[in-house]
Amino acid sequence: MAHSLTTIPNPLRLSRPSIIPGYGLTMGLTVTYLSLIVLLPLSALVAKSASLGWVEFWRLALDDRTLAAVRLSVSAAFGAALVNLFFGILLAWVFTRYRFPGRKLLDAMVDLPFALPTAVAGIALTAIYAPNGWIGSLATMLGWKIAYTPIGIIIALTFIGLPFVVRTVQPIIQDLDRDVEEASATLGASRWQTLRRVVLPTLAPAALTGFALALARGIGEYGSVIFIAGNLPYKSEIAPLLIVIRLEEFNYAAATAVGAMMLAISFTMLLLINLIQAWSRRRYAND
Amino acid sequence: MTDIAYRGHVARRPPEATMERSSVQRLVIAAGLLFLGIVLFLPLASVFFEAFRQGIDHYVASISEPDALAAIRLTLMVAVVAVPLNMAFGVVASWAIAKFEFRGKSFLITLIDLPFSVSPVIAGLIYVLLFGAQGFLGPWLSAHNIEIIFALPGIVLATMFVTFPFVARELIPLMQEQGTDEEEAAISLGASGWQTFRRITLPNIRWGLLYGVLLCNARAMGEFGAVAVVSGKIRGITNTMPLQVEILYNEYNFAAAFAVASLLALLALLTLVLKSFLEWRYGDHIAAAARH
Repeated sequence: MAHSLTTIPNPLRLSRPSIIPGYGLTMGLTVTYLSLIVLLPLSALVAKSASLGWVEFWRLALDDRTLAAVRLSVSAAFGAALVNLFFGILLAWVFTRYRFPGRKLLDAMVDLPFALPTAVAGIALTAIYAPNGWIGSLATMLGWKIAYTPIGIIIALTFIGLPFVVRTVQPIIQDLDRDVEEASATLGASRWQTLRRVVLPTLAPAALTGFALALARGIGEYGSVIFIAGNLPYKSEIAPLLIVIRLEEFNYAAATAVGAMMLAISFTMLLLINLIQAWSRRRYAND
Repeated sequence: MTDIAYRGHVARRPPEATMERSSVQRLVIAAGLLFLGIVLFLPLASVFFEAFRQGIDHYVASISEPDALAAIRLTLMVAVVAVPLNMAFGVVASWAIAKFEFRGKSFLITLIDLPFSVSPVIAGLIYVLLFGAQGFLGPWLSAHNIEIIFALPGIVLATMFVTFPFVARELIPLMQEQGTDEEEAAISLGASGWQTFRRITLPNIRWGLLYGVLLCNARAMGEFGAVAVVSGKIRGITNTMPLQVEILYNEYNFAAAFAVASLLALLALLTLVLKSFLEWRYGDHIAAAARH
């Protein structure tokens, strides 16, 4: 990072002097646009929650159906993030360490969940995992039901969260120092011991970042889930869907309460992700 | 599929200390491929399979009926408004953030990234609370005959919210990496701020900008949750393509739903191709954060 300005910051000034023009203009536009599109609308949610009053807000937020929906969103996202943690590390390893035909194409396709509209993913996954679908019919023969159950939700969230762990772990594997692995082998460790004791701990901070990102994305996900979920209250109804249902009933108060809870969870996740990333940066800076 | 390994290749070399046995490698690759197949490739294939299930004539009819065409038009219109606005914001914000030192910079970056942490449904909800009939500004808007919710402006606003960070988050690290030396030199030599931006900064960031716009556009055209909440889903009027997919699907008109969905899937594939091309050809001119 280039620091061409060597002036010592004056604690009374908000910005350091620069000969480049446009600070006031661009900063003013940035803050205005940010406030209009993001901050002001978000504060409408906070204001609406406050206007409900303390007692009414908690009555709505701690409603059984709301709690069941939030619990389902969080636990299904957690399950999917765990699946992605395992397969994300595995795929990142396969793409960086192994050579096989089609590797680059597969690697590029991992970003598909970022590019494919969630509604398309939702109906496609449902078509596959429904009892008459390609995989669903196999599952039915074994006596399992995937679509229209929480398992279906986990599959949809696994699809949505797939790129996160792969993309956070991949650059770390690329930069791994092979000498360390060689040293470990020279000192008598088996390949498995080296992977478990040397490689995996190095990947942990990045993998955890990817896990948290996938979890956060999964908790708020809507489009890919609603088709496959079945959407039974208390059983397979996710929190974002409950917001939509409340809005369709014109019950703004209840929608707001669920929304405020979700927003609180999002901010907690954001804080957590920032902490993990700070820890991760320290870890990798020392290497 | 699993026998793609390189038996001869491995046999020639002694097993390395820092490599897994080739049998293990094959097993791990197979596990990865199986996972990708089940979660990624089968669903993608099923979109096109289901779309063409009732023949090509039915497919063409499904994507050329008036409601489908109206949905395509609306989706394009929303992207045409939302993407350039967010692109301009991204350039302006990253100029302020990358070219100057000021307090609270990382907090500002966090705020810009905020829409990525918020559920799309919440993005819709907040605009309903602000502009809806029972919302804070609802009475004033209806008194002045301004329609935002269940109309085009609401759809555009919700789309702008969810795609807000894409360009800025690509450009900020890129411009920080490039530093301010070139701009300072240009200014010292007498160029105006605008000239400096046009002749120095813009050529430096153009591939990163294109990359950000590409991702922003893909999300803008495919956004579902946020738009579902504010659109009201009026056929032929406020239905974007993803909403049209939902409505057709819920009417059990699966072939038509998948036909419209297949267009969105093609858009996603095109986005991936262009993105991979930019990463491959101009990787050095795209921010490190996005490269892999």
